[in-house]
Amino acid sequence: MAHPRHGSMLSFGGGPNDTATAEKPPFQNAPVPTASQSSPGLRVPSNRKTIYDRHLNRSRNAELSRASFAFLFSEMVTYAQRRVTGIQDLERRLNEQGYPLGLRLLDLLFYRTIAGSSSSSSSASALSTSSSTTSSPPNRPLRILPLLHLIHGPLWRLLFNRPADALEHSVSPDTPNEYMITDNDPMVNTYISVPREMSMLNCAAFVAGIIEGVCDGCGFEAKVSAHNQPSEMWPGRTVFLLRFGESVMEREKVLEKAGVK
Amino acid sequence: MYVSNCSTSLRAQTNKTRAVYSLIIINKAGGLVYQREFHSGLHKLSTNDYLVLAGTFHGVHAITRSITPRLPLASTTTNPTTASHSTTASLSLTSPSGTTTPTASTPTASNNPNNPAANTPSSSAYSYPIPSVPASGLEFLETDKFRLTCFQTQTGTKFLLFTDPFMANIDVVMKKIYELYADFVMKNPFYQLEMPVRCEAFDRHLGSWLRGRI
Repeated sequence: MAHPRHGSMLSFGGGPNDTATAEKPPFQNAPVPTASQSSPGLRVPSNRKTIYDRHLNRSRNAELSRASFAFLFSEMVTYAQRRVTGIQDLERRLNEQGYPLGLRLLDLLFYRTIAGSSSSSSSASALSTSSSTTSSPPNRPLRILPLLHLIHGPLWRLLFNRPADALEHSVSPDTPNEYMITDNDPMVNTYISVPREMSMLNCAAFVAGIIEGVCDGCGFEAKVSAHNQPSEMWPGRTVFLLRFGESVMEREKVLEKAGVK
Repeated sequence: MYVSNCSTSLRAQTNKTRAVYSLIIINKAGGLVYQREFHSGLHKLSTNDYLVLAGTFHGVHAITRSITPRLPLASTTTNPTTASHSTTASLSLTSPSGTTTPTASTPTASNNPNNPAANTPSSSAYSYPIPSVPASGLEFLETDKFRLTCFQTQTGTKFLLFTDPFMANIDVVMKKIYELYADFVMKNPFYQLEMPVRCEAFDRHLGSWLRGRI
C-alpha cells in the first residue's frame, strides 16, 4: 500500500448525508507557488502548485471526497484479505496499514494544535516547555490522560471532522492499563457490511492502527484493537481498546508522585 | 413502451397510493441478485420462481429493445450489390450477443411498409423515433393491480420496482435506490460483483428510507 505523502491528505470530511460530494480540486487553495522548477508532468501539476507549496495549517478546504476514500479503503481491505489465515490475521494487516500513518500524522497534529493555541492566546509561546506553570498545553502529552484527550479530540477532528463519542477507563481492577474510546459510527465502516460468517471482524482495525502509531510516537507503548459493540441506535458502534504496556504504567506512577500533569 | 392488461400473480390486499410492493435487482447476465418485499399480503414465490422471473424478464427486456421501431433515413438509395452486402451486416448487427433468434427477423417485420430493396438498411441508415434517445427496452408494465418500473443502469444492472399503479414520483424512489446500491453495495469490500447482494447496511438503509417515505 502506498501511504499518502502528507498527513493532511487524510483529513476527509463531507456533509452528513451527501455521499456523492464532488471532489474539490486538490490544489485550489494553494498559495503563490515557490520556485519549483521541474518540468510539468504527472508529478507536478500544470499550475506548479504541488502539495509541498501549501501551508501546513491550511486545513479548512483540504477535505477529500468521502466516496473516493470509500473506494480506496475498500481496495485496502480487499488487498489485506489476500492470503490471510483468519479474521485476526486480517485485522492485524489492517492495523499494520494504519500504524505508519499514525506515526506520521503525529507531527502534523502537534504542529497544528500548537500553532492554533499560540494564535488564540498571545501570552503563550509556541516554544513553551511542558511545565505545569504556563497556561498553554504542553507540546506533547506526558501522562496517559492528556494523550487520550489528544486522541479523543484533536486527532479525531483531524481525521473525521468531529471528536470521538466517549472515553472510558476500565472498571475492572485487574486491568488498570485498559482504556476505551468509542465511536458510534466510524467513518471507515460507513459503507461496509461484514458478512455473517466474519461477524467478529471490524475494519476499523485500520483506525486502531493509527491510534497505535500515535501512542507509540508519543512514547506510550500500547496495543490497540477495534471491537464491535452495536446498540439499538448505533448498529456500527465501535470500541477502540487501548492496552498500555507495563513500562508505561510504571512511568505513570513515578510521574504522578512527581506531580507532573 | 407500455404493455397493459397483463395477468398478475401479485395481489395486494390494501391500496395505499404510496406503497412500494417489492424490489428486484437483476445483474447484467440476467441473474437475480436481490429480491425484497416491502408490503405485507403479497403472494410469495419460491426462490426458484424468482430466478425464473428474473431470467424471463431479462429476455423480454432484450426483445423489447430490439423491436424498437427503426425509421429508415431518406438518403438510403442503395444499389443491389451494396444491399446484399448490408444484408449480412445488418443481420449480424441486430443479434446482440446472440440472445434470441427472433431478434434478427423482427426488425425486418417492422420495416415491412418499405419496398424490399430498402428493407435492409445498413447500420447507419436508420434512426430511432427520437434520435437523441437510444433504444431502451421495456420501462413500464402496468396492470390495474400494480405497476412495474424497470430502470437499467449504464452497466446493465436492472432495478425492477413493483409499486401501486397510482403512485407518483417513482423515479425519485428509483434514483434513491440506485444511490443506496452505489453506496452500500458497490463500496462494500466484501461484495463480489454479479453475485447475490447480502449487505446488511444496504438492507437497513433501504428499509428505513422507504419506511420514512410512507
